[in-house]
Amino acid sequence: MTDLTNLGVKDIRDGVAGGEFTAREVAEAFNAAVAEAAALNAFIVTTPDHALAAADATDAKRAKGEDLGKMGGVPIGMKDLFATKGVQTTAASHILEGFKPEYESTVSQNLWDAGAGMLGKLNLDQFAMGSSNETSYFGNVTSPWRRSGGANTDMSPGGSSGGSSAAVAARIAPAATGTDTGGSIRQPAAFTGICGIKPTYGRCSRWGVVAFASSLDQAGPMARTVEDCAIMLEAMAGFDPKDATSLKMDVPAWEAGLSADLKGKKIGIPREYRMDGTDEEILKSWEQGKEWLRDAGAEIVDVSLPHTKYALPAYYIVAPAEASSNLARYDGVRYGLRDLPDGAGLQDMYAATRAAGFGDEVKRRILIGTYVLSAGFYDAYYTQAQKVRTLVSRDFAQAFGQCDAILAPTTPTASFPLGENQDDPLAMYLNDVFAVPASLAGLPAMSVPATVNSDGLPLGLQIVGKPFDEQGVLNAGLAIQSRANFTAKPEKWW
Amino acid sequence: MVSTYRIQGATGEWEVVIGLEVHAQVVSKSKLFSGAATAFGAEPNTQVSLVDAAMPGMLPVPNKECIRQAVRTGMAIEAQINKYSRFDRKNYFYADLPQGYQISQLYHPLVGEGSLTIDADEKAGIAEDKVIGIERIHIEQDAGKLMHDQHPTMSYVDLNRSGVALMEIVSKPDMRSPAEAGAYVRKLRSILRYVGSCDGNMEEGSMRADVNVSVRKPGEEFGTRTETKNVNSVRFVMQVIEYEANRQVDVIENGGTVDQETRLFDPGTGTTRTMRSKEDAHDYRYFPDPDLLPLELEDDFLEECRASLPELPDAKRQRYENELGLTPYNARELTAEVETFGRFETLLGVAAAKIGKSESAVATQVANWALSVAPGVMKSLGDEADASNATAEAQASILAMQDKGEISGGQAKEIYELVLKTGRDPEEIADTEGLKQVSDTGAIEAAIDDIIANNADKVAEYRGGKDKLFGFFVGQTMKAMQGKANPAVVNQILKDKLG
Amino acid sequence: MSVDKATVAKIASLARIKMGDEELERMVPELNGILDWVEQLGEVECSGVEPMTAVIENHLRLREDVVDADPKTGGGRREDVLANAPAAEHGFFGVPKVIE
Ligand SMILES: [Mg+2]
Ligand SMILES: [Zn+2]
Repeated sequence: MTDLTNLGVKDIRDGVAGGEFTAREVAEAFNAAVAEAAALNAFIVTTPDHALAAADATDAKRAKGEDLGKMGGVPIGMKDLFATKGVQTTAASHILEGFKPEYESTVSQNLWDAGAGMLGKLNLDQFAMGSSNETSYFGNVTSPWRRSGGANTDMSPGGSSGGSSAAVAARIAPAATGTDTGGSIRQPAAFTGICGIKPTYGRCSRWGVVAFASSLDQAGPMARTVEDCAIMLEAMAGFDPKDATSLKMDVPAWEAGLSADLKGKKIGIPREYRMDGTDEEILKSWEQGKEWLRDAGAEIVDVSLPHTKYALPAYYIVAPAEASSNLARYDGVRYGLRDLPDGAGLQDMYAATRAAGFGDEVKRRILIGTYVLSAGFYDAYYTQAQKVRTLVSRDFAQAFGQCDAILAPTTPTASFPLGENQDDPLAMYLNDVFAVPASLAGLPAMSVPATVNSDGLPLGLQIVGKPFDEQGVLNAGLAIQSRANFTAKPEKWW
Repeated sequence: MVSTYRIQGATGEWEVVIGLEVHAQVVSKSKLFSGAATAFGAEPNTQVSLVDAAMPGMLPVPNKECIRQAVRTGMAIEAQINKYSRFDRKNYFYADLPQGYQISQLYHPLVGEGSLTIDADEKAGIAEDKVIGIERIHIEQDAGKLMHDQHPTMSYVDLNRSGVALMEIVSKPDMRSPAEAGAYVRKLRSILRYVGSCDGNMEEGSMRADVNVSVRKPGEEFGTRTETKNVNSVRFVMQVIEYEANRQVDVIENGGTVDQETRLFDPGTGTTRTMRSKEDAHDYRYFPDPDLLPLELEDDFLEECRASLPELPDAKRQRYENELGLTPYNARELTAEVETFGRFETLLGVAAAKIGKSESAVATQVANWALSVAPGVMKSLGDEADASNATAEAQASILAMQDKGEISGGQAKEIYELVLKTGRDPEEIADTEGLKQVSDTGAIEAAIDDIIANNADKVAEYRGGKDKLFGFFVGQTMKAMQGKANPAVVNQILKDKLG
Repeated sequence: MSVDKATVAKIASLARIKMGDEELERMVPELNGILDWVEQLGEVECSGVEPMTAVIENHLRLREDVVDADPKTGGGRREDVLANAPAAEHGFFGVPKVIE
């Protein structure tokens, strides 16, 4: 029998349905792989029993001839930003250590309803704030990838969904959930040679997902192929009356609609994405991407997104502002950490609890957010940033008058060693310079692995689509995937 | 209009300037953003959803009924209804505020400017009707409740109220005396109760006022104001104003300045004091709630809101005077409260039908009954009365018997007493208890014949022109009939027989 | 605009995050670095531009007024609500005594 951990979502689902192997065998194989991979620190908690129970349920259904669901028999990793009933949910923060929700997030429930099981809760940047997975209270996640030539430097799996990217790249999970606020699915996917799609804002319910920045947060799948992403996104998405920003639209049959034929499609190349400081090899892979899409039948056109330069600074006002308010609920009263110094009053308890519970990056962003909303500064910072956001969104709308989707690099560099950018928040923020514009505009966007650089590290290409056009994004991704033939995988060292 | 209310200070007269922010709990079954119940008096934390407890990842979804009630309220004060409004977050930390922010509306409230009229009240020093401007009405979440006296070192938090919908009704600083403020709160309460958007129950906290008070020399600029929070009765509102106005005058006249601050009222002493928990000046960092999209109201929705509005207090009072012919006093009394006019209108309908006349023809009779006779009987009985016996049917029967002359006013009261005590049928009571006027001409004629026969001298005098004696014959007849003869019938027969 | 230590202390207090002197001093240049950088937004001509309200064209849906229609957003689950509380007593959340 083949090593089951080499299989992705589609192969597992079809293999279980076809009786090639049982869901239990799959779950056991992945549980074992997870147990062996502690060195990656990808999981905060593992839940082998959850995976086995879901597998057994799938096997029992199969025995009865029942429908196994879109994700029947597939065990996945769950980013620890999704509330999972009875299973510790921390957002990788000390302030939520030990918190066991009495509820299940809509997205995770959708996945369980589709037949998936849970291998465990995946590590991430604390409250999803970070681009390298170095801000987790539960330690850094180490990428399974290493530079070629025997260097043993620990590399970043990207962030904030770094536990997800590391787990999928290391083949200890066939797929994982991610969330993307300003690139947190796409950047880690690019760093680890896997696929990840952030759907249109409102496709996946935010109910039960620990909030970072409400107007930007979107859940999405991370997996090794475009097909797997399509399958899993279908299972995750859907209207949820509990989320007032949820889109009341049917979930399209994305898997069935997959086609790598781009005849008649126009792909836009935004000229403002040619930025100083972008890695030469990244620019080269972008050129290569154009060729692949042309080869798939698409016409390549030049487009302009004039406010690109301002997207990142606008993001670093809007996201911290929302976060400063969203994170006010962590106060030591109803759940999570409470630090009550001797003789402390209520307000002292808040200040002590939050000082002890939040990490540095979280504090930094709460302070920035508090400052930009405070009396006298609100209009200059927050209102101006939201106006710029309108302009960024308008840029895209105009560009989509000339093209069907946009091709760009996912990141300005390949993965970097852990610790390298830690002392310079701004340098870290620049990781998301290509990812953030689509987040500000709420657009579907995907990263697909293109190639490896001269260090042997993966590079990703990003496709940004029109609102609701996940299908167009997936199809362009598939066209790249089928031409890139990305077969590189990390050498097992853990 | 010049208000006469003045504080006499050492340096002369001071005028007081008052604005009120009334928080009125919206009548709805579930909370503003969650499905938890809103009923009063439940066990602690039993009406709390994951959303109200601000669990991680919880999201608000607005309750249509709360929006509808706020819109109807806005329409009732003839305010501008904003078809586009937004929810904003007001950020601050307190134990009764689980999210760390209150969802409210700052920048784009649901309801814009409107007004209400307080009525002239000579006794209260309100010389004529006065229009009080209303700045806005916005909707927001209520906070939870803190209990301080259950544990030596801890306060306890109950989130049952957390997330219940409130309307904040903000007046302009248009009031100039405690009496005007009292009249404003009463009128507002009456309108809310007419509309049905708030039950107006101040004891249960359904209506609380933040009282903004400042003082100035008449004609000068506004002074610095203080805000006294959560005052929960009309009397207390008036006390706060008296106390604050005098305190502020003292402060200023002693060379001090009034601090713009939040204060707390102590009903025990009738005084106010600085609220320690709100001591530091707040920076609420309002911004649009990113969990909620703008609230856009459709024309159909607004039309439905308007169509569902009842007749409002001022209009109803006008109609009672103009169409029912009631005195201004009766009209005002009957329209002050929802219960009062409700009972009156029901009784009026049933009584008019029973009597067989138009409502306007019997309105004065019914109004007198409803405002003085019936409450008088009820009051005299005290605990003996069972209020549930005071049905419109029973009262209308009594009024109908009276209208037909079958019973006298005194008998009506006696019958009603028995109705209230026993719930028996009024007509049955009148028959079996002998509480009926005799209209049987035979019996009355017999009695009159006797009287004429026994008083030949008086008959002669009367016939001789001493008209005054007619009263004597009436009295004698009534006496003989034990007071139960129908006076109209007695008069007629006497006139016939005496010639 | 740049922040000094006193301003950072004020923001930290507003955000209820206790910070010692050393931490405050460390934060000053970090925050100023970020603020200097975001201030380039001032260059953008935004007259007549509305601040973004809805990311994706969508309308606010309103809920019907039904109690406990969905257990996930309804009440009557005190035990669940209190399950993770650091100090739950007699059905309440306990906090250090507050003086109003
Ligand atoms: Mg107020
Ligand atoms: Zn308020």
